[in-house]
Amino acid sequence: MEKFTHMTSTAIALEQSNIDTDIIMPSDYLKTIKRTGLGKHAFESLRYTKDGTLRNDSPFDFGAGKTSKILVVGDNFGCGSSREHAPWGIADLGIRCLIGTSFADIFASNCVKNGILTITLPEEDVAALMRDAKAGKKITVDLEAQTVSVDGSDDRGFEYNPQHKYMMVNGLDEIGQTLLVEDKITAFEEQQRLQSPWLYRELPQ
Amino acid sequence: MAKTLYDKLWDMHLVEDRGDDVGLIYIDRHLVHEVTSPQGFEGLKMAGRKLRRRDAIMAVPDHNIPTKDTDKPNPDPMSAMQLAELEKNAKEHDLEYFPMGDSRQGIVHVIGPEQGFTLPGVTIVCGDSHSATHGAFGAWGFGIGSSEVEHVMATQTLVLKKAKNMRVTVEGEMPVGCSAKDIVLAIIGKIGMGGGTGHVIEFDGPAIKALSMEGRMTVCNMAIEGGARAGLIAPDETTFEYVKGRYLAPKGAEWDMAVAQWRTLHSDEDAVFDKEVVLDASEIVPQITWGTSPEDVVPITGQVPSPDSFKDPNKRESAVKALDYMALHAGQDMLGLKIDRVFVGSCTNSRIEDLREAASVIKGRKVADTVIEAIIVPGSGLVKEQAEAEGLDKIFIEAGFDWREPGCSMCLGMNPDIAGPGERVASTSNRNFVGRQGPGSRTHLVSPAMAAAAGIAGAFVDVRNF
Ligand code: SF4
Repeated sequence: MEKFTHMTSTAIALEQSNIDTDIIMPSDYLKTIKRTGLGKHAFESLRYTKDGTLRNDSPFDFGAGKTSKILVVGDNFGCGSSREHAPWGIADLGIRCLIGTSFADIFASNCVKNGILTITLPEEDVAALMRDAKAGKKITVDLEAQTVSVDGSDDRGFEYNPQHKYMMVNGLDEIGQTLLVEDKITAFEEQQRLQSPWLYRELPQ
Repeated sequence: MAKTLYDKLWDMHLVEDRGDDVGLIYIDRHLVHEVTSPQGFEGLKMAGRKLRRRDAIMAVPDHNIPTKDTDKPNPDPMSAMQLAELEKNAKEHDLEYFPMGDSRQGIVHVIGPEQGFTLPGVTIVCGDSHSATHGAFGAWGFGIGSSEVEHVMATQTLVLKKAKNMRVTVEGEMPVGCSAKDIVLAIIGKIGMGGGTGHVIEFDGPAIKALSMEGRMTVCNMAIEGGARAGLIAPDETTFEYVKGRYLAPKGAEWDMAVAQWRTLHSDEDAVFDKEVVLDASEIVPQITWGTSPEDVVPITGQVPSPDSFKDPNKRESAVKALDYMALHAGQDMLGLKIDRVFVGSCTNSRIEDLREAASVIKGRKVADTVIEAIIVPGSGLVKEQAEAEGLDKIFIEAGFDWREPGCSMCLGMNPDIAGPGERVASTSNRNFVGRQGPGSRTHLVSPAMAAAAGIAGAFVDVRNF
């Protein structure tokens, strides 16, 4: 996984609240058996008309939007189905950071696993960043310092899970990290086997 | 210190405390289906890692499969590829796998309980957000993404942040003509789609306790629509009765040992919840959604609300969009709204009791001519067999309903069962999002009895006087 320490980029503003994972990645594209290449379908209904042509108001496909690495979003972003294709699609678009007032739990945890930072800020800060994004200003996100700033000023601090921060900053894979304590998992299983033996079974080969 | 049921489940499965309410949690059960597992298996292979416990997995196709003409090749090559991939992975890892045509095959959340794979006190995960269903057994069930699927495969654990505790108490007695679906829709209408975000919801109170296991599963199933990743109901005699004798239920001396342990799985008297909501079941009227979020719900006797009635400007704007999408106007009666399709099925309402509920309304009547298609999709092969043994299939077929093979079907617009653009569906599933049942489709979430009655009348009616 690519390390995430800090970055500066223009941002795309998506004001609508309750953007669910069906909007982020329509169910038509869930049938893939691979993780890559989903960017072209991400936010399809916001980017294309029904006949498949690009909408001229698509925030993703014109001007600065094409290279933006940050999305500023409305409330309750990522609600709905747990599909990880949503963050895969977002990552494939080149977006590494989402800023909003609230994110759905499953979606947010799926983001960490795919190297996407979700930043939760109070409503007025998000509204201000929304304006900055529309004005084409550059936003700087510093994960190490846990701040968001615009044009080098207005530092806003944000909270972030320390465990997730460690992973993002070091570009660590979560499984490898967990397997460092494999002996604890084994010890747990031995204990549980005594207390709840019915949870273990011999499956025929 | 007094603990909630969720606190107890957390403590029972804590492998390593990482401070700040973060823990490495042991996962006892993993349900695997064709859509969210291929990348997990792919990742395992790419990293050269082993599957830790194949005995903790049950694999089954459900999301992508057709529910008719199942003997013919799959019409969609992408689906066929996913299904073949699941079968290949199941063989490669020697998993317990129920292919199509096997009577044990069905929707993940239906077969888990049916096989005794879901048990009180377990942690159970699946790459589908309605894994909250299993909470009906006092099991901690929650949906996970593909990376987490891989993490569970490799380590049998997940790194989790402890959620807050919320309790929804449903007092009183449920009126005749209402069902578990109406209770949960009323709850979501009350707390809103984000009402349970960051919480695990424990459902409690006399109206919940009075529910069968099927009804409890319907309630927990939709906890996620209230924003909570998991829903819970403390196990009791109803639970033990349901579990006893099932394929993976403990047997003999282990059964007694298990029940003794399961009896401790309830919130302590003086446990404190971060959030409490109380509802009175006796006030519940059959519910129906009007918009594009499960919280957009009104009693069947109600009207489509005016967007101006919402204080929150975002909500107002969403309501305007929803009314446009649903082709409804403010003030319009829900009663009498014409429908094009009926779908009775999904992990919310495809169990035997749901089918009995639908059959009791359908018996001796006919589907309205104006209805394009009315389908009834059992949740598993075993549900199908049971329904046929009771003669329910005949009631459905004689009335003009299509009696299908088990699968997720029209719940998600991913397999051949979809509604066309602009078509209005009376659906027993759990989500009415834009395009959920097919591009442009219009979903109204209701109970099985309400969906069945709508199919007969060709429009929404109040099942209490139908
Ligand atoms: S029926 Fe719907 S919600 Fe349930 S498992 Fe299938 S797709 Fe998910």
